[in-house]
Amino acid sequence: MELLAFGNTGWGDELFYATLMTIAVSITAMFIGFLFALIFTPLKLSKNKFLNFIANSYTTTIRGVPELLVIYLFFFGGTGAVMFVASIFGYNEYIEINAFITGAFAIGIISGAYSTEVFRGAIQSIDKGQFEAASVLGLTKFGKFFKIILPQTLRLAIPNLSNVWQITLKDTSLISVTGLVEIMRQSYIAAGSTRDPLFFYSFAAVLYLLLTFVSMKLINRLEVKYSRGY
Amino acid sequence: MDLELMINSFPKLLSAAIITLKLLSVSLIIGLFIGLFFAILRLNKNVFINKFAYGYSYVFRGTPLLVQIFIIYFGLGQIEYLRSTVLWVILKEPYWCAIIAFALNTGAYTSEILRSAFQTIKPGIIEAGKSLGISNKVIFYKIQIPIAIRQSLPAYGNEIILMMKGTSLASTVTIMDLTGVAKYIISTTFKPVEVFIVAGGIYLFMTFIIHNVIKFLEKKYSFN
Repeated sequence: MELLAFGNTGWGDELFYATLMTIAVSITAMFIGFLFALIFTPLKLSKNKFLNFIANSYTTTIRGVPELLVIYLFFFGGTGAVMFVASIFGYNEYIEINAFITGAFAIGIISGAYSTEVFRGAIQSIDKGQFEAASVLGLTKFGKFFKIILPQTLRLAIPNLSNVWQITLKDTSLISVTGLVEIMRQSYIAAGSTRDPLFFYSFAAVLYLLLTFVSMKLINRLEVKYSRGY
Repeated sequence: MDLELMINSFPKLLSAAIITLKLLSVSLIIGLFIGLFFAILRLNKNVFINKFAYGYSYVFRGTPLLVQIFIIYFGLGQIEYLRSTVLWVILKEPYWCAIIAFALNTGAYTSEILRSAFQTIKPGIIEAGKSLGISNKVIFYKIQIPIAIRQSLPAYGNEIILMMKGTSLASTVTIMDLTGVAKYIISTTFKPVEVFIVAGGIYLFMTFIIHNVIKFLEKKYSFN
């Protein structure tokens, strides 16, 4: 137990901050994923074959290629890409990108592919009459989307989005390979310096279980909230 | 775009893909048995057995695969007692540690898939079997299992693809699988995009094949 003490003697405070980091990366990645879903869901639902193709390539590639490979692409390629863009604007110094941003972006793109599929499925399962009724009532395009379609989409999407959240949360453990100090990285450091990997990795597993457990409870509440009236 | 690098790295990555496929197939076969075993435990009416099986699948589905590999590879070696048993022959090899972790992980997901498949079998079918005087054992093996397999094919296909992506984590415990070799080439040439295209292409090709095989099986074993 003294291994988990707070302060300089134990790893308690380090692991606590690492857990906060995992939560921060997961939420950021999930948010970036939503932004990607916001772009690609309309493309998927569009009648234009070319736009469909772009959206399908995105979701198939991401869902068919290991997360770790995508992370390596961003970790090794991110700096190069940013420096290339900067060089167009005449800036030729070395740019170091923050591990948090690289990681959150890589996981976000992965999470976005799953979210896109979830939103597509949810929107497609909304009764056509709802769209027509909204038009008949003379709602504007925005009103139609935010007042009629979105609330119903959310009700259908939340159970599946909770799966996406779980996947995203677990995927953040992979960012540890880039050196960002989240739960997995901190456990690796602690295991290395105390030579007690069994304890620290098991504790990491407990932390992840706790995170998934608590987030499931919170999401269940949301689910209840959005299925009012059903 | 460094086309030469892409062509040169292709054979290396392709031979690494064989290791990926080996890891995948061995862990899927072991995982299927683990999954079936725990699915049967889940259907048991005894609360303790039931809770035990649920706990297994909850823990393995609720924690990242990376943690599981690290516990087995780095953690278990720490137990002095294990080092003196026969098990150590297996546990000192990163290859087998990875396979144990993958098999336990996919076993947890498979048990959930099979459990829900068993539960969707209409009780009428089992009752029909009973009224024909077929023994419980035969009903289970000849009626419930074939129907459950058919029911779970689509979900299991997804699980195979997820597991194939999961095997990339073997590269974190020094196994040179497709991702491991890709990372090695990236870190020696600093050409991530080219290597990603080739390695990702191979992964996508494997996904495509798995997807179509499952689709074919679904059609072959469909009820109508």
